[in-house]
Amino acid sequence: MHDTAIPVRTGVAVHRRRFNRSYYRRKIIPWLFVLPVLAINLLVVLGPALAAVYYSMTDWSGIGAAKWVGLANYRELFFEDPSFKSAFLHNLIWLALFMTVPVAMGLVAASLLAPVARGALFFRMALFIPYVLPSVIVAHLWSSLIHPDRGLVGWLNDRGVPGMDIAFLGRESTVLPTIAFIDNWRWWGFLMVLFLAGMQNIPPDLYEAVRLDGANRWQEFRDVTLPGIRPVLVFMLLTTSIWSFLTFDLIWIITQGGPAGASEVLSVLVFKNAFQNFETGYAAALGITMSLFVGAVISIFVVLRRRGWEI
Amino acid sequence: MNRTARRGREINLAPNYIVLGALLIFSLGPLVIMAFNSLKSRTEIGDNPLGLPRSFEWSNYSQAWDVGNFATTMANSGFLVACTVLGVLLLGGMAAYSLAKLDLVGAGALMLLLLVISSLPIHLFLVPLFVLWRELGLLNSFFGLIIIYIALNAPLAIFLLRSYMIQLPRDFEDAARVDGAGEWQIFARIVVPLSWPGFLTVGLVTALAVWNEFLLATVFLQDEDKFTVVTSYQNFATRFSRDWSLTSAAAVMMIVPILAIFLTFQRRFIEGMTQGGMKG
Repeated sequence: MHDTAIPVRTGVAVHRRRFNRSYYRRKIIPWLFVLPVLAINLLVVLGPALAAVYYSMTDWSGIGAAKWVGLANYRELFFEDPSFKSAFLHNLIWLALFMTVPVAMGLVAASLLAPVARGALFFRMALFIPYVLPSVIVAHLWSSLIHPDRGLVGWLNDRGVPGMDIAFLGRESTVLPTIAFIDNWRWWGFLMVLFLAGMQNIPPDLYEAVRLDGANRWQEFRDVTLPGIRPVLVFMLLTTSIWSFLTFDLIWIITQGGPAGASEVLSVLVFKNAFQNFETGYAAALGITMSLFVGAVISIFVVLRRRGWEI
Repeated sequence: MNRTARRGREINLAPNYIVLGALLIFSLGPLVIMAFNSLKSRTEIGDNPLGLPRSFEWSNYSQAWDVGNFATTMANSGFLVACTVLGVLLLGGMAAYSLAKLDLVGAGALMLLLLVISSLPIHLFLVPLFVLWRELGLLNSFFGLIIIYIALNAPLAIFLLRSYMIQLPRDFEDAARVDGAGEWQIFARIVVPLSWPGFLTVGLVTALAVWNEFLLATVFLQDEDKFTVVTSYQNFATRFSRDWSLTSAAAVMMIVPILAIFLTFQRRFIEGMTQGGMKG
């Protein structure tokens, strides 16, 4: 008895020591690996995002003490500020343009490219190139190309092509669609590549089956291709609608929202209020509102999916 | 390939090539015009804004390099890209390793948190972040901007690297653990070397994002000697907006490094960016 008790007790002690070490190894070390990245994300993103909620309820120039005003910023935003309404409208126009034009272009190009074997990689790569260019290059290149005295538009105008004597970026009626056109120039190729990847996963037997039934190209597209890439398509529509509320770079670089606010979107308003008018509190309220629109888009998507829509 | 070829014989592909060719001209035509114009003299560009250059004014490039201060801005952008990529690969790789290979308590919640963080719009936290960075004395500092870039690029890197590491067989790690290797050694000596294609993809996508980044570089670096190629080009192109050959030459110099790297690694780029699109 006595002889056996000691080894047992030592066994327990050893086991406990091992348990402590393995506890450290199993539970603590994994957290040490994620801690640095988590810490800087809390510092850079989450902390400031929460602070924005507070700032949005203050009247603050960005320096000195912030004055608590409750929901006054939001009241001003929704009921008094006409620039908010027009900016929101411009985001909706942007949304409508980007839900349709680039998606259609991407679908057409991808379905034309999918059956192609010779040169497929070349086309995929070449059409993707505009997407990797910096916004400043895209902006200034196209500003020159569509300048009425120079570039493509000037060249067409010199040859008497009607409708080309216009400063597309200088008129309130044309500025927003023109910037959307420029942004689409670099965006649609990216969509095309995504759709193409989806189409290449469709089993070829399906095409052969509908072709045996005598389907033409359009019926093939409608009955096989479109259902086959539906997950990609729906996801891209969701991403596009989120991103339509956040678009900033090209508009800011090309017009800074002008002329007379005709190309102002919500992100431009945030930037102007924060860094030009020094209305930090109001800018924060705009930022929160923008995020709520994005949240609303995501919620609609989730609710529809819960309701059994196959999206 | 065989089945594509069979389908190819069944359908006439000529219309496909015609439409794709037109789209190709739409996509690359503007860039070709820009390359042409970068070599034209100011007088030539007036009456020949689109065609091939008649004479080659290579001096446009040296002039744009000097006036655009490219020696400084290229070094600045290169430094930001290098430090951000290293930081993202190291910190993101560590987190991905923990999520993929260690039984992290709360892994699901952490993934969700990272997903939420990565989908918060930048304009939501930009203003408070600017104020915080001013209080911390991190404005106008490369270090301050690199921290922001690492934070914003890390979540996507973690998702991509995690999905890569999960596919690695556990045998090597288990063998190393039996031999008494610590988790850090397993990470650095076994998992990183085995998942280098994932690291390469993430590094390329991050490098491109930082090289092209506009908004944060504009807000957080305000001294002219700290400008990146992008923010400096914005000033340059606004100042010389009437001098199309000079701005074209500067633009060509900016995108040649991008295109060279993109064309070399195009499959990795497209894989990384489309997966980014699917996850982001």
